[in-house]
Amino acid sequence: MAITTKGQIGLTGNTAIAYAMKQINPDVCPAYPITPSTGIIEDFAGFVADGEVDTEMITVESEHSAMSACIGAEAAGARVMTATSSQGLALMWEMLYIASGMRLPIVLTNVNRALSAPINIHCDHSDSMGARDAGWVQLYSETVQEAYDNLIQAIRIAEHTDVLLPTMVCLDGFITSHAIENISLISDADVKGFIGAYKPAHALLDVEHPITYGAMSLPDNYIEFKHEQSRAMARSKAVVSAIGAEFGKKFGRSYGLFDAYRLEDADSVIVILNSAAGTTKVAVDELRAQGKKVGMLRPRLFRPFPFEELAKALSGAKAIAVLDRVDSMNGFGGPLFNEIRSALYETDSRPKVMSRIYGLGGRDYKVKDALGVYDELGKVVSTGKVETLQKYITL
Amino acid sequence: MENYIEVRWHGRAQQGVVTAAKLLGESCLISGKYVQAFPEFGPERMGAPVRAYNRISSDPIRLHCQVTEPRYVLIADPTLIGVVGVTDGTPADAVFIVNTAKPAAQMREELGLKGKGARVYTLDASKISLETIGRVMPNTPLLGALAKVTDIIPLDALIANFKENYAKKFSDKVIEGNVSAMKRAFEEVKGD
Repeated sequence: MAITTKGQIGLTGNTAIAYAMKQINPDVCPAYPITPSTGIIEDFAGFVADGEVDTEMITVESEHSAMSACIGAEAAGARVMTATSSQGLALMWEMLYIASGMRLPIVLTNVNRALSAPINIHCDHSDSMGARDAGWVQLYSETVQEAYDNLIQAIRIAEHTDVLLPTMVCLDGFITSHAIENISLISDADVKGFIGAYKPAHALLDVEHPITYGAMSLPDNYIEFKHEQSRAMARSKAVVSAIGAEFGKKFGRSYGLFDAYRLEDADSVIVILNSAAGTTKVAVDELRAQGKKVGMLRPRLFRPFPFEELAKALSGAKAIAVLDRVDSMNGFGGPLFNEIRSALYETDSRPKVMSRIYGLGGRDYKVKDALGVYDELGKVVSTGKVETLQKYITL
Repeated sequence: MENYIEVRWHGRAQQGVVTAAKLLGESCLISGKYVQAFPEFGPERMGAPVRAYNRISSDPIRLHCQVTEPRYVLIADPTLIGVVGVTDGTPADAVFIVNTAKPAAQMREELGLKGKGARVYTLDASKISLETIGRVMPNTPLLGALAKVTDIIPLDALIANFKENYAKKFSDKVIEGNVSAMKRAFEEVKGD
């Protein structure tokens, strides 16, 4: 690997994730590779074969089995990681809920890819957004650097005793997974120190303290289990903030619940996830140079949805466009729009909010697309009226 | 506005253009630049047209869209001209480097750039690689040519990166062959 004087090297998103997994050195990694996340498992299998990690790699016959093996291993008391995309995450579906219901802190990297049909291997967020109610903490990443940093933090978040929930780190397929970008790596010793040794709160192999996992729970207590799970999810927000701040103190890169860009006095704001936020920032700078009051907000934590913090950050805006790289197929706008607009309902200012669906199946989102949205937002600011509440762009 | 340069590589699968973009990105990164290197994301079949891209800047690169208006275009396989849009989106001051035995003036005509301001260079990268590496692998000679006709990256930086970072992956013979290929290309590339 090429290392610069600044201590940076060039890695793809997949290579960086695999490298973080090597540094984390999980006990078990059950996997069934799928494009575009294949490179993660390929590289990691290399580390296993070369004896660079102690991980037991379990090759399985489907993603359903991959998640099932994650659940079994994690319940036994192991630290467990895997990676998938698209149809793979979809095939894990029922097991995702079992992982979260059993409160197993499994960490999964999802390289975002569209869902079939028609078959498509490129980026959109249909896969992870489909799993948004599965009880997993979800972190989204703009760059290769953030994907790497998020994965290391995800271990701490998932395993925190206030949380004990599976955690999913999302990055954009191909755009981030296959592009080489500058990244600063943390030393093996520092990663090890930051995540600490895994001491499972409950483990089936701890025969001194026998417990039951996956028991039947009827109407007399099922809702209490779900209530506890929901409260754990709510508590994870503070844990994500605290660990993001601690990470910043130790390694110089701080992370919050969201990334606000030139938002302070902005009238027109785009809210957008993952890599497209970078492209949007370039559009913001171009318009700011012309004296236009525009800004951008990129949620990093989507589950739990930090609705109070997001509403507060956005309450000063006059017009907001929420860009979803996924459609809820005639739900009321995309998932991010739906929740942002709902969060803003409680604010006194209640800014105008519109939904734009973009970039499905890897369709390119360029600076000009962001400029087009800001142009529409400018009109909403001056007229106070939203002409088109929902539509597709980048068609 | 962002200050960066953009490069597009054209080739056929197995001609090494994805590796070329990677090598260019790494070499620029070592010299302190911010880089992106990424392939065209399509089906992978031997012989199919492939594109790869670079963005290089002194500042962190925030753009995550495709490269559609590259100033620098490197063509590893001249049979792609007329088949894929090798001149698409290029500005008036674009720089083309083509792997061909033909002179640059003739290539300019074939590219449809006669009388235009673009700079066109050619070199027989296939022949150079055959004689230095032992097989047709036009990617490293194209990098040597790029070092000669632009100020994106010095030849020394390309060679240093290759020697340092690929010593584990390749035998000494392969490393030496590629270094000779870059050096010869640096000498042999010609404009019109």
